[in-house]
Amino acid sequence: MKILLMGNPNVGKSVIFSRLTGSNVIASNYPGTTIEFTKGKLRLYGKEAELIDVPGVYSLEPISKAEEVAVEMLKEGDVIINVVDATHLERNLYLTLQLLESGKPMVVALNMWDEAKHNGISIDIEKLEKLLGIPVVPTVAISGEGIKNLVERIKEAKRGAKKKRSDEERWNEILKIIKEVQTIEHRHHTILERLSDASLSPISGIIIAIGVLFLTFEVIRFIGEGLISYIFDPIFEHYLAVVTKLSNHLGEGILHDILIGELINGEIDFLQSMGLLTTGLYVPFAMVLPYVFSFYLALGFLEDFGYLPRVAVLVDGMLHKLGLHGSAVIPMLLAMGCNVPGALATRILETNRQRFIAATLMSVCIPCMAQLAIITSLVGRFGGMGLSIVFTTLFITWVLLGILLNKVLAGESPEIFLEVPPYRMPYYKALLKKLWMMVSGFIKDASPFVLLGVAIVNLLYTLGIIEIIGDLASPLIVGLLGLPKQAVGALVIGFLRKDVAVGMLFPLNLSFKQSVVASVVLAMYFPCVATFVVLLRELGVRDLIKASCIMITAAMLVGGLLNFILGIGGLP
Amino acid sequence: MEITLAELMPGKTGTVVRIMGGFGFRRRVEGMGIREGARVKKISSQPFCGPVIVEVNRSCIALGRGIASRIIVEV
Repeated sequence: MKILLMGNPNVGKSVIFSRLTGSNVIASNYPGTTIEFTKGKLRLYGKEAELIDVPGVYSLEPISKAEEVAVEMLKEGDVIINVVDATHLERNLYLTLQLLESGKPMVVALNMWDEAKHNGISIDIEKLEKLLGIPVVPTVAISGEGIKNLVERIKEAKRGAKKKRSDEERWNEILKIIKEVQTIEHRHHTILERLSDASLSPISGIIIAIGVLFLTFEVIRFIGEGLISYIFDPIFEHYLAVVTKLSNHLGEGILHDILIGELINGEIDFLQSMGLLTTGLYVPFAMVLPYVFSFYLALGFLEDFGYLPRVAVLVDGMLHKLGLHGSAVIPMLLAMGCNVPGALATRILETNRQRFIAATLMSVCIPCMAQLAIITSLVGRFGGMGLSIVFTTLFITWVLLGILLNKVLAGESPEIFLEVPPYRMPYYKALLKKLWMMVSGFIKDASPFVLLGVAIVNLLYTLGIIEIIGDLASPLIVGLLGLPKQAVGALVIGFLRKDVAVGMLFPLNLSFKQSVVASVVLAMYFPCVATFVVLLRELGVRDLIKASCIMITAAMLVGGLLNFILGIGGLP
Repeated sequence: MEITLAELMPGKTGTVVRIMGGFGFRRRVEGMGIREGARVKKISSQPFCGPVIVEVNRSCIALGRGIASRIIVEV
């Protein structure tokens, strides 16, 4: 049996899906997060049934990609669970009527029941069941209320009368139903609603946005630094004693070189030794993981609270100049944690052109948390000045490249058209679940690449391959960018892992200028291999080649220019 | 008086009388609850030709200027 979960965008279909199947699906307070459908299994009266989470749509006319998918899926389903947002019954019922016209057996899950009650909306369920002719079950997906009841009543699913209605007939029908079942108590604006209006008005909106940005940054730093100094550094101090013993035990030889790496002044240096068990573990766990954790905690809170659509609205005008629209801030923000989820999130944009621009800008100009952490320690050695140069350069490139792509590429960007959901207090369990998925995803995806990266560094050095590539690329590396020849090793490894690559620059004793240039070039020239694979899937071969050419050109151009300008400025 | 939704002043309410555009466009707009006869309240307009934000049926909706100027309201 195939059961379809269908409903408007952002009504909680995905949360109901994960409740029913016990699988991990991310809840988010942003419309249109599910674009491809998700399948899962559930046990129903002793039998196994297939549950499909269909993308959210407002109607069944195939206008956009999401609707095309929904219409296609509808043909295959045996039973429909229509998820309806109880706080917006009127608008949601349009799809309900259309689904009933399809003649498939159906149940309605009247979700966000608690919020409706809270908002002074009362709905007469019995009457609604009678008028629609199908079971209606109130649910609160996020806390799990009513889900059991919903499963119980799937077997009572009934067919609607299979008749085609015109648009007008549907709306008249809806008005009739609403009049009979829904009463709304008038009440004053809540604090959250007032806050919502304030964050959407031009002046207070910008002030709030700057405040939120600053606060978020501080929280990320505070939690990240706290984790490092109270948890990870103490752990690695103990660990240092263990690997030092191992190092003494192994003595010199190839095994020591691979596992422990090079000793710096006779001691293990977690940043510079470049062994699998030293740098290979220290970089991902002690330097990057704490920030990945704190970043996704902060972003997850903002997302579930419902702030992100407001950011999208505020920056929409500016993003139009770059050929994008407001929703593009979602992939950009996610990419600051890791470019992989960022690249996946480009799907919320409507056209191929927008997805191409967003993916290219993201790969070139948005460093991920792994890179940020290491750049901060590499360039931060010289004080805050270098860091501001790096980030300002990336930001200016982001804007200029966007304007350029918008001019060069044919087509125009569609306008934003988005429901701004109300602010909701995040449900802590959902927040923690999402955080755990992001962090475990990072550990699973990133650590093998870090270890592989470190292993390949060792291999390439031992075989002398780095020397050869270095000689070949030296006109570019030395001539154009003003970097030492050995920096080519970092550029090669940068394809595998950006954090390891920046880490490889530590032993080179780069000057201020070289550190800045190298950080910018490494951030821009190519995404890491994990992102590259995702981009290949999202963009296709041709667009990825185009994007890669843009990345390399931009990196060399900007790196060379930066080297030149800083040189004129008299910086060593 | 009939004006477009883009021209409606923040804080004011109007009744939708016409949606100018093809079938797909109308469907998209109507799907969000903006249809003829609906009462629409303007919340704000973003500067630099940014989107306008309206409230309709207790939902808050952001729409681009181009879309908003094809929706005619009576005030």
